[in-house]
Amino acid sequence: MTLLDWAWAVVLYWLALAAAGLLMPSSGGLARRIVFPLGAAGALAMAVVGVVALFNPPMQFILPFGLPDLPFHLRLDALSGFFLILLGGAAFGVTLYAVGYFRHMPAGQLALLSTWYHLFLAGMAMVLLADDAYAFMVAWEVMALASYFLVTTDHKIPEIRRAGFLYLLIAHVGAVALLLAFGVLHGGEAGRMGAYTFDAMRQTEHTPFWASIAFLLALFGFGAKAGLVPLHVWLPEAHPAAPSPVSALMSGVMLKTAIYGLLRATFDLLGVQLAWWGSLALALGLVTALYGVIFAAVQSDMKRLLAWSSIENIGFILAGFGLTLIFHTDGKDALAALTLTALLYHALNHAFFKGLLFVGTGSVLHATGERRMGRLGGLMRFMPWTGWLMLLGALAIAGLPPLNGFVSEWLLLQAFLLTPGLTQPYLNMVIPVAAAVVVMAAALAAYVMVKFYGVIFLGRPRDPELKHAHEAGWPERLGMLWLAAGCVFLGLIPSQMIDWISPVVVLLIDATLPNDGNWVMVAPLSAARASYAPLVFLAVITVITLLVYFGVKRVYHGRVRRADPWDCGYPEQDARMQDSAEGFGQPIRLIFSAFMRVERLTPDPFDRQPEYRGDSRDKVWLFIYQPIAQFAARLSALAGRLQHGRIQWYLIYSFATLIFLLVFVTR
Amino acid sequence: MTTGVLLQITQTGLALLLAPLLMGWVNICRAWLQGRSAPPLLQPYYTLQKLFHKDAVLAHDATRLFRFAPYLIFACMVLAAGIVPTLANDLPFSPAADVIALVGLFALARVFQALAAMDIGTAFGSLGARREMLVSFLAEPALLMVFFTASFISQSTELPHIVDRLAHQEFALYPSLAFAAVAFWMVSTAENARIPVDNPSTHLELTMIHEAMILEYSARHLALIEWAVALKLFTYSALGIALFLPWGIAAAGDLNALPLALLALVLKLALGGAALALLETINAKMRLFRAPEFLGTAFLLAVLGMLVHFLLEV
Repeated sequence: MTLLDWAWAVVLYWLALAAAGLLMPSSGGLARRIVFPLGAAGALAMAVVGVVALFNPPMQFILPFGLPDLPFHLRLDALSGFFLILLGGAAFGVTLYAVGYFRHMPAGQLALLSTWYHLFLAGMAMVLLADDAYAFMVAWEVMALASYFLVTTDHKIPEIRRAGFLYLLIAHVGAVALLLAFGVLHGGEAGRMGAYTFDAMRQTEHTPFWASIAFLLALFGFGAKAGLVPLHVWLPEAHPAAPSPVSALMSGVMLKTAIYGLLRATFDLLGVQLAWWGSLALALGLVTALYGVIFAAVQSDMKRLLAWSSIENIGFILAGFGLTLIFHTDGKDALAALTLTALLYHALNHAFFKGLLFVGTGSVLHATGERRMGRLGGLMRFMPWTGWLMLLGALAIAGLPPLNGFVSEWLLLQAFLLTPGLTQPYLNMVIPVAAAVVVMAAALAAYVMVKFYGVIFLGRPRDPELKHAHEAGWPERLGMLWLAAGCVFLGLIPSQMIDWISPVVVLLIDATLPNDGNWVMVAPLSAARASYAPLVFLAVITVITLLVYFGVKRVYHGRVRRADPWDCGYPEQDARMQDSAEGFGQPIRLIFSAFMRVERLTPDPFDRQPEYRGDSRDKVWLFIYQPIAQFAARLSALAGRLQHGRIQWYLIYSFATLIFLLVFVTR
Repeated sequence: MTTGVLLQITQTGLALLLAPLLMGWVNICRAWLQGRSAPPLLQPYYTLQKLFHKDAVLAHDATRLFRFAPYLIFACMVLAAGIVPTLANDLPFSPAADVIALVGLFALARVFQALAAMDIGTAFGSLGARREMLVSFLAEPALLMVFFTASFISQSTELPHIVDRLAHQEFALYPSLAFAAVAFWMVSTAENARIPVDNPSTHLELTMIHEAMILEYSARHLALIEWAVALKLFTYSALGIALFLPWGIAAAGDLNALPLALLALVLKLALGGAALALLETINAKMRLFRAPEFLGTAFLLAVLGMLVHFLLEV
């Protein structure tokens, strides 16, 4: 069997597992205990296939079904391989977690969920393997529909149905754009189905105009899936609505399939790239990053906060994509390789830490039944496993050394620093300032994570009921452990990771990133420019911490006395006086008030049962989507006037149409 | 290699020893300027000694994170002090982190400080944590722009290379660095919790930032945090010296220049400490929500410096 056969076999295996869910709808325990672990094993196999594929030449394969003139083409190359690692690696941990997570779900619902879940996995893998537009769109739709049904698992709640519809709508607007993009890209003789294989597209020369049209359509279509501002509005609605393992997959992996598609279309299918595409993508990416993180800072629902943070990370990745385009079109191969490496690295990192954080919120949700951060607090004491593992995830996403989030941000910042030397002088000056936006978003991400972690896990429980919160079970812990280990591991071995990413970079832009370092130290381009050694970091910090700990204990003493915290002369303090999520976000709301509309409900001072509510609404929704929705409603109201429900009128309509057509035909 | 390791240990040890002295010097200068009688120069050491002897008092609700944080913060600051060249230029640790990684190291310490502050669950802890994170996200972009300006000149983000370029090659004046220096000064007051962004000697709950975060710490934990604060001020001073006044730092492999380098370092630190005390005396702490304007100005100055570099120096 070739490698591609193995990849295809795993897809078939997932499809079989999906069917198994339908065959035994009444035995939920079986589905959970057997089907999900089997699915996790498939994910691991997929990751292994991806690793091997990185170092093998591209291979192709034609499936015997599809359209008459266009059978499914599959192809496995380094780019697909890299994203298969991302899919398999993150899905392994998340699926393992799901084994424990769904234990309270009724049998029938669970069987259905298992079906959609494995269909979702298979769909994402097929997106990565497809080698013609038809197979790609079919897989894309399978992925979108399966995830829609997963989002609406709790479809009895109206808000969740609404979130699902919004997601479905934007997914399809995006899909239409993709369809058009492939239409522009088609190669060979028009009208032949064979023109829609990716191979035919690769061999076609596009004029700059049509190439730009195709790029813009692809950016729109994939941007709608990735959560590019202003197409992001579905993301903070749909991700919190889904069950936590599904949110983890959608945020960690599905958004990355859009990045995959964008890379595939821009660097592989399109023969030419233009510099202004890069400036556009860079600007959009920076806006997305900043917008996402500002809104993440003012959220009070923990899953919604993470969804906004995903938007921010997609912004980083897109900024890296824009820089890659700028460098590549400017002939700066080594720099383009650096940014491409950074963006791929960040995509992989994000899959791990966001997956970890989303499943962690699932454990919190199970233990407490609460998603609003303002009702939580102090969970570290009752859920130490979840607490410490989530701490790793939070530190990683905040971009702190020596974990993985820092490495990719560091690489991206190095690229910003190396811009001087571009042929356009204005870019030389603007791009370093753009780096400041990246740094600001990264520093705000640290703010968001201190808020997220501090309000949920630290402090005192804001509700006495929280004392009964129970720790997650073993399958959940193992799943989180895998994802957390990924966050640490990916952070400690940047040099090896750069070597592993380099086949992808060679495939896409035919350049390599010179690494001047060795296995402990990464030094892109040259050691005299910049270097970073996470292992030394970790070793030195650990050694000093231990030395100081034992040294102080030995020279002085280790005595500890417990007492009440200082009450500042006011003995009536209680846990409710800690900063709430809204309180923690208040400075950000004040500083960035131009970006959002704050709706507040402040109670009357004499109110016996006061209720306070503060909501920061997205202005994009208010100023772009709401007018469109109102316009559509008005249009359909006008169309509705034609429909009276009286048969005479409908007969007249048919008669008029007939006359109209007859006039056409006879002329 | 062995001389390198010895030099590294000497320099880090020197930073550990000199940092409280710098604090004491600043306090003396400030007392003189304010017309008070000054505490002894070695007062910070006495305080540390006293704190280490005391029994640690922990709140009932404190978790392990709270007890672990001071050690980690201290370790971060020691590593940071080891990376910045103060005496000599060829340190084995230096390639482990460039200036961007150094910013990350400070951020790691800061996040742990903020998390530890939220751990007890009092209103002041989270208030301090929130304000600290606010100031830092405003300060970090400006700090990075300062580093960008310096690294555009030297074509490197490695501190030894920047120092080498500015101090040991042909002498040149860079107007861009003048802007960057002012911006750096503004940012470091914010990052080190000094006036005008924060007041290190305040205990008025409504205005404090850093002090609010460490309210619950006592004894050895507090001692480690205080020492880490002193180390941070020392490291920032050393950074400022390395970027803007690098003359005197011994070149790579030049052991004979070390005594002179030590003398130069002490002189520069004494002058810098006196200037800090002077600025703290003639300024007042500003309202918290004036901090965005203050740090925005720092950011603009740093950007201006970078533009000056592109327009005049390329």
